[in-house]
Amino acid sequence: MNKTEPLAEVRDLKVRFVGREDTVHAVNGVSFAVHPGEVLCILGESGSGKSVTLRSLMRLLPDRARIEGDVRVGGQDVLKMSNRSLRDLRGGSVSMIFQEPMTALDPVYTVGEQIGETVRRHTGCDKAKARARALELLNLVRIPSAERRLDAYPHELSGGLRQRAMIAMALSCDPKLLLADEPTTALDATVQIQVLILLRKLQAEMGMGMIFVTHDLGVAAEIADNVAVMYAGRIVEYGPVERMMKAPLHPYTQGLLASTVHDQSRDQDIDAIPGSPPDMRRPPPGCGFAPRCVKARDVCRTAVPAERYPEPGRMAACVAVEVPEMAAA
Amino acid sequence: MVMMDGMIPTPTPPADPRDRGGALQPLLIVRDLIKHFPIKGTGGRAVRAVDGVSFEVRKGETLGVVGESGCGKSTLARLLLHLIRPNSGELVFDGDPVDEPHGISVSALRRQVQMVFQDSYSSLNPRMPVRDSVAFGPYVQDKPKAEARDIAVNMLAKVGLNPDQFGPRYPHELSGGQKQRVNIARALATGPRMVILDEPVSALDKSVEAQVLNLLRALKRQFNLTYVFISHDLNVVRYISDRVLVMYLGKIVELGPVDSIFSAPRHPYTQALLASRPSMDPSRRIDDPPVTGDPPNPIDPPPGCRFHTRCPHAQAVCSAQEPRLIESLADDRHIAACHMHDPESGHTMAVAGSA
Repeated sequence: MNKTEPLAEVRDLKVRFVGREDTVHAVNGVSFAVHPGEVLCILGESGSGKSVTLRSLMRLLPDRARIEGDVRVGGQDVLKMSNRSLRDLRGGSVSMIFQEPMTALDPVYTVGEQIGETVRRHTGCDKAKARARALELLNLVRIPSAERRLDAYPHELSGGLRQRAMIAMALSCDPKLLLADEPTTALDATVQIQVLILLRKLQAEMGMGMIFVTHDLGVAAEIADNVAVMYAGRIVEYGPVERMMKAPLHPYTQGLLASTVHDQSRDQDIDAIPGSPPDMRRPPPGCGFAPRCVKARDVCRTAVPAERYPEPGRMAACVAVEVPEMAAA
Repeated sequence: MVMMDGMIPTPTPPADPRDRGGALQPLLIVRDLIKHFPIKGTGGRAVRAVDGVSFEVRKGETLGVVGESGCGKSTLARLLLHLIRPNSGELVFDGDPVDEPHGISVSALRRQVQMVFQDSYSSLNPRMPVRDSVAFGPYVQDKPKAEARDIAVNMLAKVGLNPDQFGPRYPHELSGGQKQRVNIARALATGPRMVILDEPVSALDKSVEAQVLNLLRALKRQFNLTYVFISHDLNVVRYISDRVLVMYLGKIVELGPVDSIFSAPRHPYTQALLASRPSMDPSRRIDDPPVTGDPPNPIDPPPGCRFHTRCPHAQAVCSAQEPRLIESLADDRHIAACHMHDPESGHTMAVAGSA
């Protein structure tokens, strides 16, 4: 569907965290690609491996993480890169924004200094130019009285402004790919929608690719082109957001939509998914969702289901998904 | 689903032997509650967390409290249980003033009002098997040890945890949803009439959130409970509440029956809050933010109406004068603090709004 080279391509990514007592199998074979101008949402609950997958793209994982597979960003093999070229990549052609701007920004430097530092590191320009660029960026992310905010410390800004400042820093070197790890989760409702709209506009204006990790279906519906639903370290469903919201394929996605509180009748219980996500120290041998799935068969508990493609551009890893004859051929 | 005007949406609860005031006496009356947190070294400046709040909690209802961070909803929750003491204001529980010579004591209040917190881990003792945590409340309230333990086993079963399997475990051995079930069991073990739930499902995954909401509703019916349900999630509040109270910077801006609030919000802040919810429909995305900016700092809240700095309808009167909580002529149970609903305020849109 997209003839351009992907900005990022992940093949059979596996990440384990090896500890003294046990090993956490966080990501268990994930493949996807993101193209220029595309917004991919990775949707999943805590422990699904969504953030670990995102961080693998920049190799922002602790030493005890064992990464396998193939991760290519901008044509480069991230898993084989030297630390030096990784530093060139991070904040340059690929940058990242985080959930909590207060911990992602340095509390002892002003916002202007931090943004300027990034600009100087990647372009080698002088301080005055970097400051001018920082001001331009604060205006780009619609921070009011940007000139004054340049000399503010992170604690002097409200939550929404801090998040905008972090976005400004991430955009400082015109990245081709923006990685966003739940950037609106910690924000208030009226501020969350402002930041979502801002990110959507900036992404379209700059033609960036974006990978947006979230646990919130509503947020995905506001920002995604495509959605990859993760459960127990695997992508269980992938496809365009409109189709996924209207006609989810995988029983987990169906359960998630049904259990999300949104205008249900107050007279009835919510259709909750029974049970809780698996312990990834001991992941189930077959489909990760089988222990909670109403449609589970014996085969689901023994073998990982193969990917099925019932419609163009859509994938579901579930044996219950019917594939029409035409599409299967 | 559509509620007729003037109908009380809550069923009358069956008689409770502890009931003193009768069905029409509100279970809790809150009058002019104020809590300021002074900031050291600023010459008397203070965070005005709760700044003159009055409302009632009716017997058997679920009162939802919504608002953004810093609006004072969690401080309010703690004040209701006297976990922190208010600067001024009055609590009346089932007709008895709290912490007054002729009323009931704080410890007597806490026998009848319990609380469930957002963080399910930090509200359990990490060194105690969860069964003992649940038994602790009844035990300190003069139940013999064996009886307290029986109550704990019974309560764990009631919240859907097998007492033999989960009772001996420590909090770190449970998932978030299981820990929150334990907290609910702990709150109910003392047999309260009212439970204050402070963001009880906010830290849970969506699939588990639904389970806990269903459980809370089932327990409410089973034990004739009255809930004060605090949340920032409007969808959850709409689902679980009978009436909704909207707070902004320490003040009540709107209060009314849930359907009325969600179908015809009166205060511009409530309207903005509702319009800020993601649509869940990718073909109908929100293109312009309903309001701009962040909530101001509660240390120096704006004068007059506290929302006037972000309000699209703000006029001179809004920054000069604090709006009264006005009952609408059409529906006397839905009130909003906005000059547009006060015909005498001088706001040019006031007439249209109050008709």
